[in-house]
Amino acid sequence: MTEEKLTQIFVMGKAYDVPAGITIMDAMEYAGYRFVRGAGCRSGFCGACGTVYRKDGDYRLEFALACQEMVEEGMHLTQIPFTPAPRSDYQLNELDAAENVLLQHYPAIARCVSCNTCTKACPQDIEVMDYVQAALRGDLKRVAELSFDCIQCGLCAMRCPADIKHYHLSQMARRLYSVTESPEPAHLTARMAELGDGAYDAELDEMMSMTLDQLKQRYAERVIEKEGEAL
Amino acid sequence: MKTIPYFPGCSLKDTATPFETSAQFVMEKLGLALAELDRWNCCGTVSSLTSDDLMHHLAAVRNFVRVQDLGETELVALCAMCYNTLARTAQRVNGDDADRDKINQFMDRESDYVGDVKIVHLLQVLRDRIGWETLAEHSTVNLNGLNVACYYGCTLVRPKSVGIDDAENPTLMDDALEAVGATPRAFPFATECCGTYQVVDRRDLSIEHSFRILQSAARTGADVIATACPLCQHNLQEAQRELSGMENIRDLEIVYFTELLGAALGMDPTALPERITQSLQTTAAAQADQGGN
Repeated sequence: MTEEKLTQIFVMGKAYDVPAGITIMDAMEYAGYRFVRGAGCRSGFCGACGTVYRKDGDYRLEFALACQEMVEEGMHLTQIPFTPAPRSDYQLNELDAAENVLLQHYPAIARCVSCNTCTKACPQDIEVMDYVQAALRGDLKRVAELSFDCIQCGLCAMRCPADIKHYHLSQMARRLYSVTESPEPAHLTARMAELGDGAYDAELDEMMSMTLDQLKQRYAERVIEKEGEAL
Repeated sequence: MKTIPYFPGCSLKDTATPFETSAQFVMEKLGLALAELDRWNCCGTVSSLTSDDLMHHLAAVRNFVRVQDLGETELVALCAMCYNTLARTAQRVNGDDADRDKINQFMDRESDYVGDVKIVHLLQVLRDRIGWETLAEHSTVNLNGLNVACYYGCTLVRPKSVGIDDAENPTLMDDALEAVGATPRAFPFATECCGTYQVVDRRDLSIEHSFRILQSAARTGADVIATACPLCQHNLQEAQRELSGMENIRDLEIVYFTELLGAALGMDPTALPERITQSLQTTAAAQADQGGN
């Protein structure tokens, strides 16, 4: 029997030996942490597991999603599952997509000194500073396109010396761009019509009439991905 | 067509778009097109006055790196404030190895800035690379001696070390407009402060400053005021709106100097402020009358 190769990491200062080649999230669970918050899809999409770490001997702080990044020997890490960043209150359909609408809702963008720290913090490799700059000049399209891969982890806002709320800002820009400038998606319109016409009413009615045990059984037997089906 | 790297800045992309479109038109006519940098960020005007704060020069230097990556050494600005901010940073970091080194170490994702990007204003490009004679030759529409008060404000000429012309008595804009047939008027308040950012929370102060400038411009007999600064344009316009109807205040069109050059070089009149085209017609009519007498 081959001995399992272990690697040493430090979670909030405490040393743990964990199997090499697993993700930060798996390593923390291996070490005994249980995630109540700060874990979601476990597939790199939901942005719930923002993590910061330093590698042994490196002066620089690194950023990642715990469910995506592999542990490395001597990694010092902690989770930052939530970023306290207020979000502007707006009614999307009542907004006027004027040049300065983003500046009005997120005035802190005018404090940007172009230090690029936000870009360095982004686990999605988004050019965050470039979209803040585009926001300043009212270029909704560029903000929407540059920020498309944002998963709202909030690490950018956590690092910004100017206290900009990048991820809320770009979400607003994408929403605004989609309702004002981008063409109406035909497939979505068709789907909405289909739902409106009651395409799934029968299935929903059936489930409404089931008992709790029947529902549990239905859930346990559900097929997420058909076996053998390639991703 | 030959091109020159060009930095627009935020205002020219929202509140001051006529400044950009007219300058682009003019430079294409003159065979030296403005090539906007693919990636650019704020000039850095956030707080360029804090001399001990190297961090605030990052934005400007990052733009210089983009120019350097193009294999170019010159960057042209239109907005007077952007010109000033970029030029002052260039002056500081081009000549200071220690500052440049510190900035290069911080910007570890970009190529190192070696310190040889020169910032020029469009008016300097027109004088030095085009020349007044060539500019005059390209003029197709007679400005009929349109009376212009050229307003320079502060940032084009101060501090002296980055000023594009004499700080007290600049003539560059006058020369450019004279070359295309306008009549620049002697304008004593050409370099007075418009009140700049005071307009944000001391609007009264900026209106007070702008009032004196507007009054002086009116006394020169000008038909229009020409400027190179979106903030000056805004403040003068605001003051004029506020003071309209007062004695010694005439409603003058406040335009970018490039709009007048554009008019002279045949830009579509519908893209120009109505008042410019109106003023041109009035001046032409007045001259025709004089000719008849």
